[in-house]
Amino acid sequence: MPFGNTHNNFKLNYKVEEEFPDLSKHNNHMAKVLTKEIYGKLRDKQTPSGYTLDDVIQTGVDNPGHPFIMTVGCVAGDEESYEVFKDLLDPVISDRHGGYKPTDKHKTDLNHENLKGGDDLDPNYVLSSRVRTGRSIKGFTLPPHNSRGERRIIERLSIEALNSLDGEFKGKYYPLKTMTDAEQEQLIADHFLFDKPVSPLLTCAGMARDWPDGRGIWHNENKTFLVWVNEEDHLRVISMQKGGNMREVFRRFCVGLQKIEEIFKKHDRGFMWNEHLGYILTCPSNLGTGLRGGVHVKLSKLSTHPKFEEILTRLRLQKRGTGGVDTASVGGVFDISNADRLGSSEVEQVQLVVDGVKLMVEMEKKLEKGESIDSMIPAQK
Amino acid sequence: MEKISDKMVKLTLKRLSAEDEYPDLSQHNNYMAKVLTQDMYKKLRERATPSGFTIDGVIQTGVDNPGHPFIMTVGCVAGDEETYEVFKDLLDPVIEDRHGGYKPTDKHKTDLNSGNLKGGDDLDPNYVLSSRVRTGRSIRGFSLPPHCSRGERRAVEKLSIEALASLSGDLKGKYYALKNMTDAEQQQLIDDHFLFDKPVSPLLLASGMARDWPDARGIWHNDNKTFLVWVNEEDHLRVISMQKGGNMKEVFTRFCTGLTKIESLFKERSHEFMWNEHLGYVLTCPSNLGTGLRAGVHVKLPNLSKNTKFEEVLKKLRLQKRGTGGVDTAAVGGVFDISNADRLGFSEVELVQMVVDGVKLLVDMEKRLEKGQSIDDLMPAQK
Repeated sequence: MPFGNTHNNFKLNYKVEEEFPDLSKHNNHMAKVLTKEIYGKLRDKQTPSGYTLDDVIQTGVDNPGHPFIMTVGCVAGDEESYEVFKDLLDPVISDRHGGYKPTDKHKTDLNHENLKGGDDLDPNYVLSSRVRTGRSIKGFTLPPHNSRGERRIIERLSIEALNSLDGEFKGKYYPLKTMTDAEQEQLIADHFLFDKPVSPLLTCAGMARDWPDGRGIWHNENKTFLVWVNEEDHLRVISMQKGGNMREVFRRFCVGLQKIEEIFKKHDRGFMWNEHLGYILTCPSNLGTGLRGGVHVKLSKLSTHPKFEEILTRLRLQKRGTGGVDTASVGGVFDISNADRLGSSEVEQVQLVVDGVKLMVEMEKKLEKGESIDSMIPAQK
Repeated sequence: MEKISDKMVKLTLKRLSAEDEYPDLSQHNNYMAKVLTQDMYKKLRERATPSGFTIDGVIQTGVDNPGHPFIMTVGCVAGDEETYEVFKDLLDPVIEDRHGGYKPTDKHKTDLNSGNLKGGDDLDPNYVLSSRVRTGRSIRGFSLPPHCSRGERRAVEKLSIEALASLSGDLKGKYYALKNMTDAEQQQLIDDHFLFDKPVSPLLLASGMARDWPDARGIWHNDNKTFLVWVNEEDHLRVISMQKGGNMKEVFTRFCTGLTKIESLFKERSHEFMWNEHLGYVLTCPSNLGTGLRAGVHVKLPNLSKNTKFEEVLKKLRLQKRGTGGVDTAAVGGVFDISNADRLGFSEVELVQMVVDGVKLLVDMEKRLEKGQSIDDLMPAQK
């Protein structure tokens, strides 16, 4: 990004102690890991595109901690960040992804047929189902660091690829820059429109620069498959629909995603991926599958039960408010999704959501009838 | 050993061509957008300052903030003293446009002798609620807030604390670091209207000035609570003299005395302020060059502000209105912040004189309108 941290060598005029951030009030993964020693070792390094350690950690320095979730506190500026700054990022990844080791291998499974069930979550409770992931286009730097030129090429390549889709995936691209008021209203009504980020977690990392240049939304005519271009990642791919048929959502997700990847490959563009980290994305929390499969579900009784958090932990699920990653729940409706991203496959993660949500809805029904759920508490998955 | 500026230029040029990288300024309305052509952008991306500040750093805030409903924003900032030289192709025209035709060859005069101010001690306190003079100062040898590292910022803080600790008499005071302020101290500073918060204005955030908050930021004020210094907010130092009521002369006298004393304390420690005879005092925002001085009052003008000639009167008096919450806020309850519009090309005394004379006239006009009388005969000539 243009300001502050890319004059790396100038800062070497100051000692490590003078430049080391004050993390005494901080509570994020980066702050737990970054010592003066690691800072001293990495501070004169840069990726080939010029991304530095201070760039990686700026969002974590500026955002000491979050009331609802343990934030990561660091981002990648390009694919090479994960290698050049591994002394910081490997421990962060291990901490965030349940002990994932630098030598571990990640498996990718986008074969939707491998999912068992998932087509019968009770729509009286499960209001909507959604699966999203991100993809980064190899050879370009990532949103915290990329230039206007790079962002525009990513947009152009994405539009070309998406315009080749047909059948249930046939759709249209809406650039944020030239959207009409009518289009904007419609996209808001459909809950598709993404806005300029307001979360300081994102803005401090430089992801909102030059907004809305190079940003846009593509969706299919059926409004069940959606791609965000140049928001927090190069691409965010989303499959969603009302009700509880997660199976259908996941099918469409896998089929669409693979079609998109094929088209990119035909033009000699791959997605950033390796056998250790899986799909490479901006935030270390999204490595691996980058997949968040979730539902908006009514759990007004269960959510006030003393064992709610424990149940979620055992099911390897995570709760959020319905407004996004750093919001609170409203009216007993929760966003429940898989907590894991790395070290398990797409199918495995969606299976956890499907099975876990089914169980929680049954618990909710029991509690509604005033019955106990003690016998239903699951074992740790 | 490769120079830092050369390294930064190389990284810049590693990106795509100037044409591919040139920002879309079609929806924009700020001084930077009016001036920056694609050719100029192409030329300037081949340069960087010795500390590594680039053209993209200069313009980012203007790209991210297309325009403002209340004021014409500048849309560019300096990352260090050399920015104004290395990127003069952009900044000279911006300066000229923003500062009433100020030419690259013009010289700026500094006059901090408060004895030269005529009057200013009798603005009617029934209308003039408070008076305030502020300026900024940058310490030579350090990068500016959009670009500085934590180490630099902390060095600026340390030097400032040492210098301010030597002030005595009416100026004797204490430093409160934002980082370890107690709740009680914080509440007191809020009640005194002294506390500055982490910037929320996108104009400042987009240029990187809020990085690492609140590290090395703090507030110093004298025991009498009439003289205040902000450390590492939008500039290295913001120096403020203020009090309730309309005695601008006293406010300005304290301002000049305090500022001059602070400057000599820095010089004793072998540090000087960034200053040159063309741009005067060098600050982060090109709009604050010259004197960096904003002298103003909070004044009740509910009738005058609704008069159709209000804007014209302000313009003729070389004054500017703001809401009482700061540069990008709206007025509330008929109370306006009225201050000098100019910064560069006029001395400190000249600017405060314009405020004193102008506000006196505005209050006279307000009183006329209250009585339902005309103000036509009071209309000033263009200053």
